[in-house]
Amino acid sequence: MTNRTVLVLLDPATEVRTSTLELLTIARGLGRVEAVTLEAPTVEVLAQLGAYGIETVHQAEPARDGSCVSGDERHLPAVVAAALAAAVRLTDADVVLLPTSFAAKEAAALAAHDLGAGLVIDASSLRDVHGHVVAGKRVFAGSWDTECAVTADVAVVTVRANSAVAQPAPAAVGPVTEGYAVEVPASSVTLLSREVKTDTSGRPPLDQAAVVVAGGRGTDGDFGPVEDLADALGAAVGASRDAAFEGWWDSYVGQTGVTIAPRVYIGAGISGAPHHRGGMQASQVIVAVNSDPEAPIFEICDFAVVGQLADVLPQAAAEIRKRKS
Amino acid sequence: MRIVVTAKYVPDINTERGFSEGRVVRTAGEGTLNELDENAIEAALQLVEAERASGRVGPDEGEVVVVTMAGPDGDLALRKAFQLGVDRGIRVSDDALAGSDYFGTAAVLAAAVRRLGDEAPVDLVVTGMAALDGLGSVVPTLLGAELGLPTLNLAKKVSLADPDGSGQRVLTITREIDDVTESLAAPLPALLSVTDGANQPRFPGFKLIMAARSKVIEVWSPADLGLDPAAAGSAGARTETLTAAPRPERPEVELVTDKGEGGVALADFLIRNDLV
Ligand SMILES: Cc1cc2nc3c(=O)[nH]c(=O)nc-3n(C[C@H](O)[C@H](O)[C@H](O)COP(=O)(O)OP(=O)(O)OC[C@H]3O[C@@H](n4cnc5c(N)ncnc54)[C@H](O)[C@@H]3O)c2cc1C
Repeated sequence: MTNRTVLVLLDPATEVRTSTLELLTIARGLGRVEAVTLEAPTVEVLAQLGAYGIETVHQAEPARDGSCVSGDERHLPAVVAAALAAAVRLTDADVVLLPTSFAAKEAAALAAHDLGAGLVIDASSLRDVHGHVVAGKRVFAGSWDTECAVTADVAVVTVRANSAVAQPAPAAVGPVTEGYAVEVPASSVTLLSREVKTDTSGRPPLDQAAVVVAGGRGTDGDFGPVEDLADALGAAVGASRDAAFEGWWDSYVGQTGVTIAPRVYIGAGISGAPHHRGGMQASQVIVAVNSDPEAPIFEICDFAVVGQLADVLPQAAAEIRKRKS
Repeated sequence: MRIVVTAKYVPDINTERGFSEGRVVRTAGEGTLNELDENAIEAALQLVEAERASGRVGPDEGEVVVVTMAGPDGDLALRKAFQLGVDRGIRVSDDALAGSDYFGTAAVLAAAVRRLGDEAPVDLVVTGMAALDGLGSVVPTLLGAELGLPTLNLAKKVSLADPDGSGQRVLTITREIDDVTESLAAPLPALLSVTDGANQPRFPGFKLIMAARSKVIEVWSPADLGLDPAAAGSAGARTETLTAAPRPERPEVELVTDKGEGGVALADFLIRNDLV
């Protein structure tokens, strides 16, 4: 174990998602781990951080031109980046980790730019090699595995969900929250509105789920069978871009949508175009249901059913419910 | 309205892609203009057209310049950009730039934008949301930071207005990132990155296809841009690729044809492999 300090971003500070627990687990393998937040963590969050060995939570107090940056503006990438960079300078940290998301990538890039740090996006593993942080990364639709070493003094890394199995620390601790001042650079970007989608489905978020059932054009607009199987499996629901652009489902999987690498991906009525594969091919087990025996997705599958998804999915859901009870 | 679009030459997504000696293999004829940069070009063309239609600029005023950092193959990407209707194409090229990381790439592109700005003011820089080879999505942010421009990223909707009649044009975008929908605004000059949901790139017209063949591509070197070669290329990179290996082949697919029991077979596969 090195005497590295690893900072992990927790934004928002009102919940600790599984992907963040995975990140904390990975971070413990690199050094001493501390959290950075932009608001006060809740009691439940502190307890979870404590179980994962976090002794110190650095809570940013961002200000711009002498006035406090508050509310929604705290989540703007430029503000998050300023908080991360200031935390690195304050703690002399060597590594900053963020869970992968579009907002986190933007904050990571700005923080790395400010710090002169090395930047790795979408890492799937992290380890120490002779004092360097080495990140594993799946590229080209998961068809190649690469490893790169960060050669700058500070490493800023975003890590994909499902890259590790979350594991609490051997001994829980009681975290202490310490405030620190952050000067946010002037900006001519105005935040006009910000709305967080509230998910009432009770399903796990698509970018973090261990199991994903995705529907494509082959659903013909009826996601009922897809949702049915997802619920039997406790899975998230996703779509192909075409299905999402039709307005049949909100979020889609793929290179320009959400990139996922769950334990199981089940694609129903999805042909497996390269753009879609780019966002799911790194999944551990790939299952497809498609009426066309020539569908390209079959080339990357572990298991496939040639058939009508409206027949196959509900039957699978019923069978799983039966066997689980 | 003068807009610079940055564009990348990438391996065609439909071909086998891979590495050799830590770098992406680029075979002539297998590369293409990054599809997502077509959305950037489309956004730029639409903004210039809207300015002309509104009468804020004359019918012949306004320009879209495309800049790429690439070897000679990158001309393929610029030719495609010409076909779509851009006015001018510049390739920044030098062996020393090979192996640039995100920061090196942003520094080179920023230097090119700055040089264009020395000729005449640049109102807006537009990029695609990501390059379909690396998918980092961070070069737009870094380019904005290098240029010191307000940055509006991942736009799904874009509009340009002169809200208080002062002539100061303000860019407003809507973006849906992760589980958040945001609306942001910034005065020009600014940096904008657009998603593939922002527009539908046009198809090249015959006249433009013919004209694109003979258009001149300007080639600039790092020296032309006053760039220290150590700032870019593998010399300036803050990360170093150690290994690259194709992933092991997946075992043969288990294929079941549904004759009434397909769903049971699927459930059975998941349960048998402890995936439920
Ligand atoms: C720049 C760019 C970026 C893109 N990014 C993405 C991305 O991020 N994600 C993405 O998904 N796409 C993306 N696309 C689009 C992508 O190229 C494909 O068009 C899209 O993924 C196809 O969606 P699909 O599989 O649902 O539809 P289709 O390709 O039309 O396939 C439908 C499938 O359903 C099957 N089917 C039909 N009826 C049934 C039935 N009753 N039961 C079972 N199967 C049935 C058919 O056999 C077919 O295989 C992008 C495209 C571009 C140009």
